[in-house]
Amino acid sequence: MAKRKLYDLAKVLRSKNSGPFSITLDALFSDREVYEAIRDSGLITRERIAGLYGITQDAITQLVFFDAALGFKITFDRKISSGTCMDSDVYGAQQHAPLGELEIEI
Amino acid sequence: MRNSRRIKILAPCGILGYGYPRESFLNGMAQKPDAIVVDAGSTDAGPHKLGAGTAIVSRHACKKDLSLMITEGAKAGIPVIIGSAGGSGGKVHVEWTWDIIREILEENGLEEMRTGILWADIPKAVVRERMREGKVFPLGAAVRELTEKRLEETTGIVAQMGHEPVVEALRQGYRLIICGRAYDPSPFAAVAIYHGLPAAYGYHAGKILECAALCAVPGTTKDCMLGEIWEEGFRIMPLSKERRCTSLSVAAHTFYEKDHPYILHGPGTVLNLENCSFEELGDGSVAVTGSRIEETEKYYVKLEGARLAAYRTFVAAGVRDPIFISRIREIEEAAQRQVEAYYSEIPKESYTIHFMNYGIDAVMGELEPLRDELPHEVGILFEVLADSQETADTVCGSLRSSLLHYGYEGRKATAGNLAFPFAPSDVSFGAVYEFSVYHLMEVKDGQEMFPLEDVTIRQQPDAVREDGRRTKPGERKAAEPKGEV
Repeated sequence: MAKRKLYDLAKVLRSKNSGPFSITLDALFSDREVYEAIRDSGLITRERIAGLYGITQDAITQLVFFDAALGFKITFDRKISSGTCMDSDVYGAQQHAPLGELEIEI
Repeated sequence: MRNSRRIKILAPCGILGYGYPRESFLNGMAQKPDAIVVDAGSTDAGPHKLGAGTAIVSRHACKKDLSLMITEGAKAGIPVIIGSAGGSGGKVHVEWTWDIIREILEENGLEEMRTGILWADIPKAVVRERMREGKVFPLGAAVRELTEKRLEETTGIVAQMGHEPVVEALRQGYRLIICGRAYDPSPFAAVAIYHGLPAAYGYHAGKILECAALCAVPGTTKDCMLGEIWEEGFRIMPLSKERRCTSLSVAAHTFYEKDHPYILHGPGTVLNLENCSFEELGDGSVAVTGSRIEETEKYYVKLEGARLAAYRTFVAAGVRDPIFISRIREIEEAAQRQVEAYYSEIPKESYTIHFMNYGIDAVMGELEPLRDELPHEVGILFEVLADSQETADTVCGSLRSSLLHYGYEGRKATAGNLAFPFAPSDVSFGAVYEFSVYHLMEVKDGQEMFPLEDVTIRQQPDAVREDGRRTKPGERKAAEPKGEV
């Protein structure tokens, strides 16, 4: 058992708009054992994600594991909608790094 | 009775104008597809294109992509369908696309190709009426309430169409169908449904095909993909030897830019992919079964609209001085206060000053966990957002000179604080828009809001249509679109 970063374990770790008013984080894995270990670890919770991104738990609209695709998805409301005043990431494509920093014993 | 048909749909590229290899496309045509379908739209690039009425791609890019699709589609006698024409699918975007297509048809002697436009503009009067009836709802907690005022300020409203208007156009024998704003998978699903195949497979295949080869390995929106749909499932097949699909790559695609990994809400439907099976067929293609779809009790369409929010002027500059960087936020605030004090005659509420410190927290802002770690170099992008371009220019110019020469405590680099990469430094950017409408609206059915207009350049003199009427040359079937822009 060693501590590994989610970023190193995932095959895909990304963020993207899901419509102009929310950001969705995807983590996809190529190894079923790794995926299941993360799913069953209790690491990915609304509480932890809210802490990681400085948002309230009720801003998280989805947190779902999908076994068929070996991945999970987290969607949260944007504070500022895509492409308007004070937005900093029109496509929402660079908001994934904090999720990747999560560490897990594996 | 069981439908034994198998149909094929050729998807040339992920966004019309992104380009695709001719060879892949011709490989697809050799498979004798039943339709060529391409999605031209996206809200990804923000509200500006919808609000300002501009396209996502250049005219040249759009024409290059369409030329091969239309001429080959005409040669094969199969329908060519374009979803969300011009990117945002509003009246000006559709007209821009139609202008390009008319040129292609005329250049290739295809003036008789039966061409229809499905308009997706929703008159404000209709939205206002439905708002009063309580039939308009914000799509999520982050969407601001649609007031009469914000509706009035919105430049134009489109709705995402489902498959129904496209199926109707296919039934009427249109060979070239230009859709205004459409739910991305709808034009693909329409082909399956027109041929009597299950909507679940049409929509699921459409969800994949609208991004073309993005779900292949390696993935790209700039290569072609073929979908084959039948009664019990569908198959996704790359058309370039460089790519293959895997069960994982196809399964994982449903994650892409959606809020939920396997529940997808569309116009009038909810697609559920939780119990799908994905099978690699050994030739680089993947077969999918088990997709389910349910019709919603009430039919909702998604409305999109943008309003002008402000005018922007910005400056990009670099900073390398260690003392400046160690006090960067306090210096920025001081420069801002200096400008506000000097222009006391400009009301403070008429403009906003905004600093983005690249290298510190510009990308993630408040969400950045490492914003207190300072680097050796910072890129400052500062902007002024104002109620007029002149105010934005005035305030930004003053902010630039204040920041350049601001005498912060402990300063050693007294000749200037900023490295400008460009001269002139100030960019008078123009209008900034916001999505003011991102709402669901209850409608009677999938057809109600999307009129079909026959724009065929030269009607075949003795063409008999499926409704039995004869068309006269130049006759227009539907009325002009009712959208107010």
